[in-house]
Amino acid sequence: MRLFLLAAVAFSMAAQTPAPASKGGGTPSGNAQNGKRIFESYGCYQCHGHDAHGGAGARLAPNPISFDRFSRYVRKPTGEMPPYTAKVVSDQELADIYAFLGTIPAPPPVKSIPELNH
Amino acid sequence: MAKTKRGPVDRRGFLKGAAAGTAALVTGTSAKAQEVETRPSAPLPSARALAAETAPVSAAVEVLTADRPGSDFMVDVLKYLGFEYICANPGSSFRALHESIVNYGGNKSPELITCCHEEQSVAMADGYAKMEGKPLAVMAHSTVGLQHAAMAIYNAYAGRGPVFLILGNTIDVAARRPGVEWYHSAQDAAAMVRDYSKWDDLPISLTHFGESAVRAYKISMTPPMGPVVLVADSDLQETPISPDQRLRIPKLTLASPPAGDSAAVAAAAKMLVAAQNLVVLADRAVRTAEGLRLLVELAETLQAPVVGGKFPTRHPLSQAGGRGLIANADVILALEVPDLWGAIHSVIDQLHRTTSTVTKPDAKIVSVSAEDLYLKSNYQDFQRYPEVDIAIAADAEATLPYLIEACKRLITDDRKRVFEERGKKLAEAHRQGVERARAEAAYGWNSSPISTSRLSAELWEVIKDKDWSLVNGGASRLWDVDKVYRTASGGGAAGVGYGAPASVGAALANRKYGRLSVSIQNDGDLMYGPGSFWTAAHHRIPLLAVMHNNRAYHQEVMHIQRMANRHQRGITNAGIGTTITDPNIDYAALVRAMGVHGEGPITDPKDLGPAIRRAADLVLKGEPALVDVVTQPR
Repeated sequence: MRLFLLAAVAFSMAAQTPAPASKGGGTPSGNAQNGKRIFESYGCYQCHGHDAHGGAGARLAPNPISFDRFSRYVRKPTGEMPPYTAKVVSDQELADIYAFLGTIPAPPPVKSIPELNH
Repeated sequence: MAKTKRGPVDRRGFLKGAAAGTAALVTGTSAKAQEVETRPSAPLPSARALAAETAPVSAAVEVLTADRPGSDFMVDVLKYLGFEYICANPGSSFRALHESIVNYGGNKSPELITCCHEEQSVAMADGYAKMEGKPLAVMAHSTVGLQHAAMAIYNAYAGRGPVFLILGNTIDVAARRPGVEWYHSAQDAAAMVRDYSKWDDLPISLTHFGESAVRAYKISMTPPMGPVVLVADSDLQETPISPDQRLRIPKLTLASPPAGDSAAVAAAAKMLVAAQNLVVLADRAVRTAEGLRLLVELAETLQAPVVGGKFPTRHPLSQAGGRGLIANADVILALEVPDLWGAIHSVIDQLHRTTSTVTKPDAKIVSVSAEDLYLKSNYQDFQRYPEVDIAIAADAEATLPYLIEACKRLITDDRKRVFEERGKKLAEAHRQGVERARAEAAYGWNSSPISTSRLSAELWEVIKDKDWSLVNGGASRLWDVDKVYRTASGGGAAGVGYGAPASVGAALANRKYGRLSVSIQNDGDLMYGPGSFWTAAHHRIPLLAVMHNNRAYHQEVMHIQRMANRHQRGITNAGIGTTITDPNIDYAALVRAMGVHGEGPITDPKDLGPAIRRAADLVLKGEPALVDVVTQPR
């Protein structure tokens, strides 16, 4: 009746290691506020969570991968993630989403959370 | 949708109404009578019919009472089989049996549990069986009741859960009342679910009923277990037992579960002991506490990692990330894995689906599964055909003692040293895995909607020192899952609407042990059968339900998004038809309306722990309670 196929391999390249500096180089400037908006409306949150911390898909932030890897994967994913082509998400919108990812703060240290230290 | 088990006005009531209506027409003064006059949807009866209905009964039908209906014997049978409870939504096709249970049987063993829907009745039985290891009886009302029950029966069938369903029906046309009873009768009532039930019968005598009931119970409990359907003809229920009728109930002897053939077990043991990188996939291997002990013994004997199924989460051989272990394995032992093909393959759901094998080309696979003993054709729950090297058609739990013994006989000192080294590496991998899980849980710790990791951690904080049992939803890797009753698998066929009633059924089984039953309740699932919570309140079934409320049928949100991206003509509409918003449902108010403690919606993570604690305090006093938590999608 229900398929449970959208596994955690979605966007598997993302956020596994701290990214190189994401400003400058090949990174276009983006509007983080618009990025936050379309992260919701374009459905990114569905797999990656409202704060891009992961869920059915991988964690994207904090410390996103480089914009170059990010945009290549979004356009032509090799795993479960559905493709977001330029026809549905412009390059500028991708840059906006990427800018939003850059605003996500680091989590609190594990040791500061009593519930995780039993 | 509500079903009609009787017409809005039965024949006698209708006749009374018609008479009153006639009177009203004469007097023209009674508003109540006027209302009755407009109600009947069928033509008014003739004067002859009215006369026949109100005339004195003939001598032939002067006997109006019966001391001992056939349904009393049916209750004797149910008591003999040891049913604690019988779940039902009332229906006229089993009215005699219903009355016999509550009066003749004293409403004890079985006690009648009032359900709001037959799907709920069967799912409760399925959940109960997962905790208690034996069936709970269910009564359902002929055609319409079985139609309601069907999906839950399929879930039980696919999950190999024992359920004992008694189906009311009226086979003799002369015994049926006109009208509705014909809609509620079938020539072969169980046919509708025969594709996904293990056995059914239509007894035509009480002797036949007793024999088939005992047989049905035995079949249901023999692995691979499954639901059975016994049709209880209404005439058989209602006809008095004649004084000279000698009735007896045959002896029940449960069949011992099938264990693996000794030669195949020896060959498997040879392979397992020689393996360098062995993985045990434990999916449905464990049914009982003894099964869990045996699985731990096997794993420790071989120092083998265990993936999936029931296995103590804090045991160093408990390993997450099964794909990596499977990819690196030279031998895989699959114990009751219903989708073994899926476990060893990867399928990517893009426009052109790509499939690849996860295992090494020369990896050997040993399967022990009762699935090989029993399959049906139509419903495709058997999954793709897995290629294996040794297939042992047997119950895994029953085979484990022989497999352990065969392995022990083959283990040399050299192999012991290899196993010890393997065990040390696995223990370190386990430790690292737990640390990773802990670090992952910190992400989104303060997010709103609340992260599922935080929900899980806050819940664990409240239950960890209690004798808890997670009856619905998945336990976190950070929880100490150390006993067989700590967790229950989900609906066997992934049919939505299972979680709420199954958790109430499991909580019913847990009640007598004083366990704290906990459910992580999905919002979409709850809306299929919220009446389950009324049942919990009515029967004082303690259950702590904490909602994973993402305000959507979220799996479907993602599916529609996938299609939208694939078709490239708009990617912002995936929420249409898949989300449960506008208005948001107030689940706390919903359950409060049914007499259940409800809190929420909780959106601030700081409020979550105290809310769960308050609810748990009430549950420990014997009440059901629900905390609605607005969560991240996953």
